[in-house]
Formats: sequence, structure tokens, C-alpha cells
Amino acid sequence: MLPVALENATKVIGNIVHSGKTYVCVMQLHGPVSEEELRSAIKMFEGRVYQRPPLRSSVKRRVRVKTIHRIQLAEFTGKYALLIVDCEAGTYLRKLCHDLGLVLGMGAHMRELRRIRTGPFKEDETLVRLHEVSEALYRWKEEGSEDLLRKVILPAEYAVCHMPKIVIRDTAVDAIAHGADLAVPGIARLQSTVRRGGRVAILTLKGELVALGKALMDAEEIAEAEKGLAVKTTRVIIPPGTYPRRWRRKQQ
Amino acid sequence: MDITSRGLGFVEKICRFCGDDAEWIVRREEETSPDHGYVPDERPIDLYIRNGIINLDKPPGPTSHEVVAWVKRMFGLSKAGHGGTLEPLAV
Repeated sequence: MLPVALENATKVIGNIVHSGKTYVCVMQLHGPVSEEELRSAIKMFEGRVYQRPPLRSSVKRRVRVKTIHRIQLAEFTGKYALLIVDCEAGTYLRKLCHDLGLVLGMGAHMRELRRIRTGPFKEDETLVRLHEVSEALYRWKEEGSEDLLRKVILPAEYAVCHMPKIVIRDTAVDAIAHGADLAVPGIARLQSTVRRGGRVAILTLKGELVALGKALMDAEEIAEAEKGLAVKTTRVIIPPGTYPRRWRRKQQ
Repeated sequence: MDITSRGLGFVEKICRFCGDDAEWIVRREEETSPDHGYVPDERPIDLYIRNGIINLDKPPGPTSHEVVAWVKRMFGLSKAGHGGTLEPLAV
């Protein structure tokens, strides 16, 4: 699974790049091993692990610490092991298989790999193949019907669905779109999960993603406060001018 | 249904999509104007595309970069990106 962001949505894709992933992978073992030995080796790789990126990789090859949340042995035939791995972004599964082989002694390598979760995106009815995308495009361009395209493409807002959210008033939108921080009076509603120092998604009352930011107050504080800054804006998504300007420059 | 209800309904929908059932605190009941902006799934098709994400089942063979380049060309876009590289044979 490879979530692809189009045009303006590329601004939120960084959020997805750095989010947790789940993989299904087939590991081939280079010699005999018992299921018990394999299970105990797998246990050693759950938690924080040191990992040097493989030779063919797109990042600098220095040892990094990555968290592997869970490794499930789904199937084991003696020669092949089917693993379901839930891990931090940037964990190399090819390396995990190789390192498991080293610990077991006989060596191992990764035969096949499928990503089944990328942050909030999973293998569900939203997952589409390239030919479905081209069919949807054809139907729109040649037959003038948008229906398939609207099924194949998801609004970029889905990429932030797992973050604590703050919904703001129309009058606050354009200032944020110009990079201003969010003040308490601009807030209409918010989720109780908003925590000081944590990342938040700022949405309009229509559900449009305005910006990403860092909360400067807890949810309860925001609910009680009359004024003050609630969120430091870190990434603006909505183009300026989408909503009317309702703020004035300070007199020089 | 009015635009504010449809907007908040959309927010509810994306929360459901990733199992986010956090409680909401309403600071003030507020309406949004239909004169600017759109509920995301009601955007005109060109805007809908340019603010969209495709949850793509990557084919084995091409690099992640190549797949993104194809999608970008198919739609005639100026920019496209992906959510984390997969090695060429991975899907």
C-alpha cells in the first residue's frame, strides 16, 4: 500500500510518512529451526531495536534506534515464516529478517513484503489499484461522470483523522492561512484529547483542513479560557484567500 | 441538511474512519457561511482532485517514485507525493 497525495495534499503527506506502519512479510530461513526457537528470537526484536539501513536504501546508513511494537508469527512451515509486524516509520523489514537469521544462526532473508497499514490508511474498501484509477479518470474525461473518481480519491483531511482536532470559526480561518497562531476566541469546538505540546489538526466548520499546529494549552484550559494563544501554527494547508480576511494589520 | 451540519458530519466521518472516538467540547455553537470554502467531499471535481489522496495498492516492480510519477502524469498535476517509500518488489 502506497498512499499517494495529489498537488495541495502533498503538504499533509509528511504526516503519513512519519506515522506507524504494519507489514506482512514472508521470511525464508536458510536452515532448520524449531518454532519455539523462532518465537523466542522474535521476542528479542519487539521493543527498541538498533538497525543499520540496508545497502540499498534511501537514507543515510548509520545505526538508528527503531521501535517494533509487535511481531506476530502468523504461519510457519519450517522453511518460511509469515510475520505481521507493527512498527515505527523507517523500520526496514528486510533488515529485520536478516537480523533474525543472524540471531537464529542459520541466516534468513525477506522473500515478500506487503504494507497493510500506513498511519490511518488500511487495507479496506478505500484501497484501489492503478487500473481502477485510470478507469475512473477515463470515465470522467470521456463520459463526463465524476462518480468513480470521487470513490478512488479521498479528501486530504483523511490523512489527519487520527490527530486531536480543533474546529475554528470562519472569521479565524484567513489569519491562520496567512501563518498566524490560533487564539482561543477563534475556536468553536475541540476534542478532549488536545494536550499542551501535542500536535493538532485545525479544521473549519465545514471540515476543511486549515493547518497543523502544536497545542499551547490542554483541552480543558482552552474550554475555560477567554483569551490567549491556543495553538502555534506549524504548517498551513488551506490557500490564503479561501475565506474572507477579518483581521487588521497593527497600525505602524 | 445545512452546510454546518454537513461539515461537522464530515468531521465525524473521518473520525470514524480511524476509530477516533474522542469526546468533543463545544466552546460556542457557530454556523459556517456557504459563501466560501466547501465541505471536503463536496468540492468541485478539480479542487477535489488537487486536495486528494489515493490509497493505492502498489504494483510489484516499479519504485515508489515511479508510481507517483505515473499518477502525477495521469492527472496532469504539478505535484504529487507518497506516504513512505516501499522497495520496488514490495506491494
